[in-house]
Amino acid sequence: MAAETPVRERSRTEPPVRRAGALVRWDVIVAVLLVAVFAVGAGTTGDFATADNLSFALDDLTEIALIALPMTLLVVAAEVDLSVASVLGLSSALLGALWDAGWAIETIIPLVVLVGAGCGLVNGVLVTRLGLPSLAVTIGTMTLYRGLAYVLLGTNAVSEFPQAYADLATGAFPGTPFPYPFVLFVLLAVVTAVVLHATGVGRALFAMGANQEAAFFAGIRVKRIKLLLFVLAGVVSAFAGVVYTLRYGSARADNAYGLELAVIAAVLVGGVDFNGGKGTLGGVVAGVLIIGLLRNLLMLRDVSTEIQSMVTGLLLIVSVLTPRSRHVQTSLRRRRAGARAGGRGRVRRHDEAVDAEQ
Amino acid sequence: MSTVAAANGGRRRAAALWRARELSILGALVVLVAVTAAITPDFLSAQGVKDTFLNASILALLAVGQTLVVVTRNIDLSVGSLVGLVAFTSGRFVLGHPDRGVLLVVLLGVAIGAAVGLVNGALVSFFRVPALVVTLGMLYVIQGLDYYYAHGQQINAADVPASLLNLGSGSVLGVPYLPLITVLVMVAVGSYLRAYPSGREFYAIGSNPDAARLAGVPVRKRILTAYVCSGGLAGLAGVLWLARFGTVVADAANGWELRVVAAVVVGGVAIVGGVGTVYGAALGALLLTTIGSALVVLRVNPFWQDAIAGVLLLLAISADRLLSLRVTRALRRRNVRHGG
Repeated sequence: MAAETPVRERSRTEPPVRRAGALVRWDVIVAVLLVAVFAVGAGTTGDFATADNLSFALDDLTEIALIALPMTLLVVAAEVDLSVASVLGLSSALLGALWDAGWAIETIIPLVVLVGAGCGLVNGVLVTRLGLPSLAVTIGTMTLYRGLAYVLLGTNAVSEFPQAYADLATGAFPGTPFPYPFVLFVLLAVVTAVVLHATGVGRALFAMGANQEAAFFAGIRVKRIKLLLFVLAGVVSAFAGVVYTLRYGSARADNAYGLELAVIAAVLVGGVDFNGGKGTLGGVVAGVLIIGLLRNLLMLRDVSTEIQSMVTGLLLIVSVLTPRSRHVQTSLRRRRAGARAGGRGRVRRHDEAVDAEQ
Repeated sequence: MSTVAAANGGRRRAAALWRARELSILGALVVLVAVTAAITPDFLSAQGVKDTFLNASILALLAVGQTLVVVTRNIDLSVGSLVGLVAFTSGRFVLGHPDRGVLLVVLLGVAIGAAVGLVNGALVSFFRVPALVVTLGMLYVIQGLDYYYAHGQQINAADVPASLLNLGSGSVLGVPYLPLITVLVMVAVGSYLRAYPSGREFYAIGSNPDAARLAGVPVRKRILTAYVCSGGLAGLAGVLWLARFGTVVADAANGWELRVVAAVVVGGVAIVGGVGTVYGAALGALLLTTIGSALVVLRVNPFWQDAIAGVLLLLAISADRLLSLRVTRALRRRNVRHGG
């Protein structure tokens, strides 16, 4: 949390003037917001702050939370993976199809995770070796992987997985109200936070996100790191697919349809800059929890899931807008000052642009 | 002198490349139709062809709007949910008011779409929020609105006035209205982008936003225009959706935003902006729709459709990338030869 963005790149979106106003960082605001949501929830809705409900809310959040970790690394490195929910669906469908065919679950799970790694590898190779934009590639593979999930399982559902594994996916960690997968998330979050904020690899990610070419010339193996990030996203998504399937006890091709949007929303609400190079993992964890608690709270108050997604959407827009509105004010003020100084607004803007180029 | 020649050569080459691109989609389309028709002659029945064109026209209309946005190096993911919202809203609008004219419904639909586009565009251009984030957020918001407004109800074809349904199924001189509208819009937008200075500026922005701004291109205004047009066309598509299907639910076109992006990219519009035409995009939409129909006719597991669309998209962007790398290399060699 305490780590600050290592590369202070002067980009158009953040002129130097903003630094003075940037004392309150967005991830701090998110943390405050999280506490506020919790307080409002506990104050207004009786069932909210109970151990059972919170455990349920965290359980419901598992897959988003897990996938948000590699997604944070990708977005910090100025890439994005929209295929994560499709990999989840594919892994769920594969799990179901193989289980239906009589395979042992001990064989299926590693295999499914391996397939997830393969999916991530395809994304990574297309992005890093062919130099294609990750947005286009992962829109393509998103359709492809979801399509393959349907090819495997059609509209069928496979259920009745071994009870021991289902218990592992839903049961609480002994002595805590936290479900097993959430405990796993906490462990992975700690590891990711350390990697991102306290190691050379993490600093390399920020550097790549801020300026890929500069990072390359500074000796960072940009392509290799990005390739590994995509593979990681595939592995985690496939594993999340296993958890999802066991948690609901149902393998379907359309499992977690649209989840990629929730994951990206959580990452961006957590204050990671979509253009790369900025963000903290603490912010993302707060973002994930806010979205989860907000959904849970709305659900307890009988608000429909669609309105919940509307709130998520608004939160997403506001979270990206707030840090930027200050910049817009600054540039407006500048232009007005420029106009007062004898209609030199145009020239000023030109200077500014040149400034940003350097 | 030599650099000018090289630049000209490069431009010619690039032009040839894009002509080839539209030709290659057309070629793929012809091969697909020929093979399918050879296996099952029913595929080329009048009804089959008409259905394919009707289905493709709505997707193509959305692809035209999306092209405007993508060419400026942005993206609009809100169109799918917007189509559903407009289809449902205009259905409500005519419910019990069969006297309300078709033109009025169309205007209402376009106005709703343009208003949403205005919000998208303002956030992207004036607040510089990444396009993906804005339109993703908008997608959520509209989905919520859809539900809030519709409460899971649906509009039934029986309640839609005949004049409006006629727009979806009728034809003039044997040409159905739907493809006709799409072609008109496509040609209008296509010639604007091709021949008008302000139309060229969309490409300038997509190629290099900073250079475009320094060259005096009103970047924000053009991006705003692109979003308003994309939204407005999505609104039009929503009304046409209602006219074509009659029975609609508010989440009718959920997930279409990605089909539209796929069509646009398959049609040769670069996702990084600056390259592509609405004709290519519309052809991409036609190709994707035809693949869908062909799979049904060939009795292939229809679930392959999505997987094939995905592979096609990946092939399209990979081929573009390899071709452009080759062109760049050729240009560099030529410059070296000319001592440039």
